[in-house]
Amino acid sequence: MLVFAQKIMGALCLMLHAWADGPLHVGVVLDKGGKDDRSFNAAACVGMLRAKNELGADVKIVEAIDDNAFEHLLRSFTQRSYDLIISVGVAQTSAMKKMAQKFPEKHFMIVDGEIKAPNVRSVLFQEQEGSFLVGAIAAMTSQSNKIGFLGGMDIPIIRRFEMGYRCGARFVRPKIQVLTHFVGVTADAWNNPPKAKEIALTQYQMGADVIFGAAGASGAGIFDAAEHVKKFAIGVDSNQNWVKPGRILTSMEKRVDEVVFAAIKDAQKGHFQAGVFHLGLAQKGVGYSLDTYNQALITPTIKKEIDTLSKAIIAGTLKVPDFYVGDSCGP
Amino acid sequence: MIKTVFALFFGICSALLVTLVAGESPFHIAWVLTHSAFGSRYDFGMTLFYASPLIFTGLAVAIPFRAGLFNIGAEGQLTMGALAAALVGAFWDVPFGIGCLAAAVAGGLWALPPAILRAYGRGHEVIHTIMMNFIAAGVASWLTLSFFRNPETQNPETMPVVHRFLFQPIAFFHEAPVTWLWLLGPCVALLCAFVCLSTRWGFELSVLGQSERVAHAAGIALKRRRIEALVVGGMLAGLVGVGEVYGNAGCFVLGFSPGLGFMGIAVALLGKKHPLGIIASALVFGALHKGTSDLDFETDRMTRDMSCVLQAAIILSLAAEDILYSKILRRFIT
Repeated sequence: MLVFAQKIMGALCLMLHAWADGPLHVGVVLDKGGKDDRSFNAAACVGMLRAKNELGADVKIVEAIDDNAFEHLLRSFTQRSYDLIISVGVAQTSAMKKMAQKFPEKHFMIVDGEIKAPNVRSVLFQEQEGSFLVGAIAAMTSQSNKIGFLGGMDIPIIRRFEMGYRCGARFVRPKIQVLTHFVGVTADAWNNPPKAKEIALTQYQMGADVIFGAAGASGAGIFDAAEHVKKFAIGVDSNQNWVKPGRILTSMEKRVDEVVFAAIKDAQKGHFQAGVFHLGLAQKGVGYSLDTYNQALITPTIKKEIDTLSKAIIAGTLKVPDFYVGDSCGP
Repeated sequence: MIKTVFALFFGICSALLVTLVAGESPFHIAWVLTHSAFGSRYDFGMTLFYASPLIFTGLAVAIPFRAGLFNIGAEGQLTMGALAAALVGAFWDVPFGIGCLAAAVAGGLWALPPAILRAYGRGHEVIHTIMMNFIAAGVASWLTLSFFRNPETQNPETMPVVHRFLFQPIAFFHEAPVTWLWLLGPCVALLCAFVCLSTRWGFELSVLGQSERVAHAAGIALKRRRIEALVVGGMLAGLVGVGEVYGNAGCFVLGFSPGLGFMGIAVALLGKKHPLGIIASALVFGALHKGTSDLDFETDRMTRDMSCVLQAAIILSLAAEDILYSKILRRFIT
């Protein structure tokens, strides 16, 4: 037993030694949804794997056991000679702020949260812009003049999705009705596909024929419901069109993968830039996905209309209401 | 005692054996768990930090359990307790003690409806306390987001409490969030031990728990004792909010609890409903929780979900402790 423990200690020391020089070491702390959510966190993992394959970076992805573990995990990364530490999700803001202050020589990046510090890159997405476009697509596809929105929890960031979606739908069809529901009131709501499916079925029964889900891993339930009743769903964060081909109208993409990859690339080349970045349609930070799985669903007319809207938003002639700054788009 | 310790050991071992399936060495996992929980002052501080709320939720389950009642509602009670502590600390200029009292009262009030339904309406407390958990989550998120949200952050949390209420971490633990408030848990447990084991009230609870008919024949006020037991359980759960808000977060964060109320059930079982046993068992579960939080780091295939596997294996072994003892351990002893 003792010999074994010694062996392990030896192996660990070797590993630590190997870490000391060589490739760039990148640590990622995921949000509570975890790497298998096929959505927000999965996008971060895709970016990491790309960096591993293309840049040869050494990457380590960890998931937090609870809110209090965020700080602990970030601390462990900084203490183990990792060069760049990435937080995925707004819940880690205060933990990362603390660590960034304590370890000014390290590079940090946070997705979805805002930290003003000389060694932190904060990347925020203009979710309302992407949601606006998928809202318009939903409204143009809808036969029943009724569409649904299903959020995970009723929290500000999800309201931001919802408001963009609703406004986008109303922009192309002012009389359209948008049903809004939330999966739950606890963190379980992000990972409860059966309940999401029930609520989605109810929304379909109430007449909605397209549902946009912003509910993390619960989204799988919405896709199941869409397949069951042969109506449409819209994916979120990652391109989820492939999950149920033909039933997923499109996905509102947040290019977390690009952002993660770009940060690692910058850090490796030695010009990592700190600061707060807001990525919208113009920066290709958000958008809707169009690929072989859904090209039959997005007709040329819809595509043309959406491209016009997209250009207007990028040019600034069309302003999308933002929940964060207290906008609204009617009741 | 020896039965319980053996069951705990057996549970941990069988959970570790599961890691073989994932291609990891159980010895390595055991080493990581131990080292991560006790390896340094900081790690030990984190273990204490995780154990603290478990002492309260363990007691919150154990006290009603002594009276034969199953309090599954600690999760909701501690949510309301933490919310009350945060609101008092943020908006009301009162002494610190009032904040603690508010947390306890909020937790107790949250246990009151199931208690009354149990005592007078024959409603089953298991069902009602679980329902109250969901109501608590809903009410807390509504109050937090609609009325008391901190506009400085997009994270769903309430306004920060005033500085006067906050406790600073003890330097000894190298920045692990352990404050002197930690002592509140063991002190309350000692108080509970005294009340349960040396007072008439505590005796009556035990009698009621062992036999309702005997308690009735002895003239014990069944309804009152039942209500009191559940409400005291709720108050104890509510006290989780004190350490969380004044000692750690500085505000009420929506969804801060990783199921502490439910872990309290396991803690109470391992602690054999004895308030002092609960301190020890909370430390065991705190250590396991801290240990699993590092598995992701130290291994290639283990994730945080190992925490659930460990808890489940321990609970199963505890439930089967008599069989384990007579079939396995006694053969080695004799």
